[in-house]
Amino acid sequence: MEIEKVILAVITTNPSAIEGGAPTFICESRKEAEDIAANLEAITDGIAHQLSEDLFIIVKH
Amino acid sequence: MNEYSMPILFGVIIGTLARILMLRTDYRQYPTYLHGKVIHISLGFIAAALGSVAIPAIMELEFTAVTFLTVAATQFREVRNMERNTLTEVDGFELVPRGKTYIEGIAISFESRNYLVIFTSFFSTLTFIVFGMYIALIVATSCLAISMALMSGKRIKDIVEIEHHSLHFKGAGLYVDNIYIMNIGLPERQDEILRYGMGFVLTPKNINIVTTIANLGQRQAILHDVSVTLGVFRDSGTPALTPLIKRDLDDGRIGIFMLPQIRDINKAKKVIGEVPVLENAIRMPSESAFNHRKGDQ
Repeated sequence: MEIEKVILAVITTNPSAIEGGAPTFICESRKEAEDIAANLEAITDGIAHQLSEDLFIIVKH
Repeated sequence: MNEYSMPILFGVIIGTLARILMLRTDYRQYPTYLHGKVIHISLGFIAAALGSVAIPAIMELEFTAVTFLTVAATQFREVRNMERNTLTEVDGFELVPRGKTYIEGIAISFESRNYLVIFTSFFSTLTFIVFGMYIALIVATSCLAISMALMSGKRIKDIVEIEHHSLHFKGAGLYVDNIYIMNIGLPERQDEILRYGMGFVLTPKNINIVTTIANLGQRQAILHDVSVTLGVFRDSGTPALTPLIKRDLDDGRIGIFMLPQIRDINKAKKVIGEVPVLENAIRMPSESAFNHRKGDQ
């Protein structure tokens, strides 16, 4: 089976909400999280999705 | 020169002319350049020659000569393969790909146009030999007209209502009307999308069309045509800026999210309306026997 979508990175300001799996970037503020997500989106050719106020994921489609 | 020279020449000329008339650089944007056209005019010439010599062959009682028409059929099936392969190879480098269904549709039409050429030449030569040149001219003209009519199919505007709806976000979810498109996380991307994006909703006119426009190939064809005609606000490496079409599962309407460079609502509606309905996407559940059982109608 070929996996089509992969979570490349997780960016959060709330470290307690996540565990294991993808590379995780823990940020101080929402502004910092947005900046990192924007950069990672450009670098990885993925899309930054927002799951909740303090949690972004970068997904390769 | 013998008695068949003129009829054959006439048939070949009319057939080649038919191919040239059918070889328009139209909504498919293909073929665009001279090399592509030379290939198809040459093949059209061969098809015309094959169609023209069939009648004289029969008149000379050379019945076996007709079997070479099967060679022609093989030859033109090869044309379909050639078109399919070329377009599939190139498709990977389009910003918004055509999609396999659209490519298949184009390939089929290239094959079938050669058969139309054969028929045109065949009837032109036949009437030339039997009735003379004037009648043959009339028949040839009507063959050309019929070929042109057979070439054009239905358009999206014939089967759906097209309405403009502005895009909006609920949280990170992008919506066209009430149809969910995708999740966009970054506020700056959201701004870009609200600024450059446009939303349209296509409402099917009957039950058959619900399935037709749900076809992924048909949807991709709409996106491709719109992006080619109106431009597209994206680049490689920006998957968040991908035009998308999603479906409302409740009633089969589809929501188009697009990022055109020319943001003119009326023009966009026209372009969407002119997208061909792909042969391979057409479904007719109403023709099924199960839908005609007693008491249903």
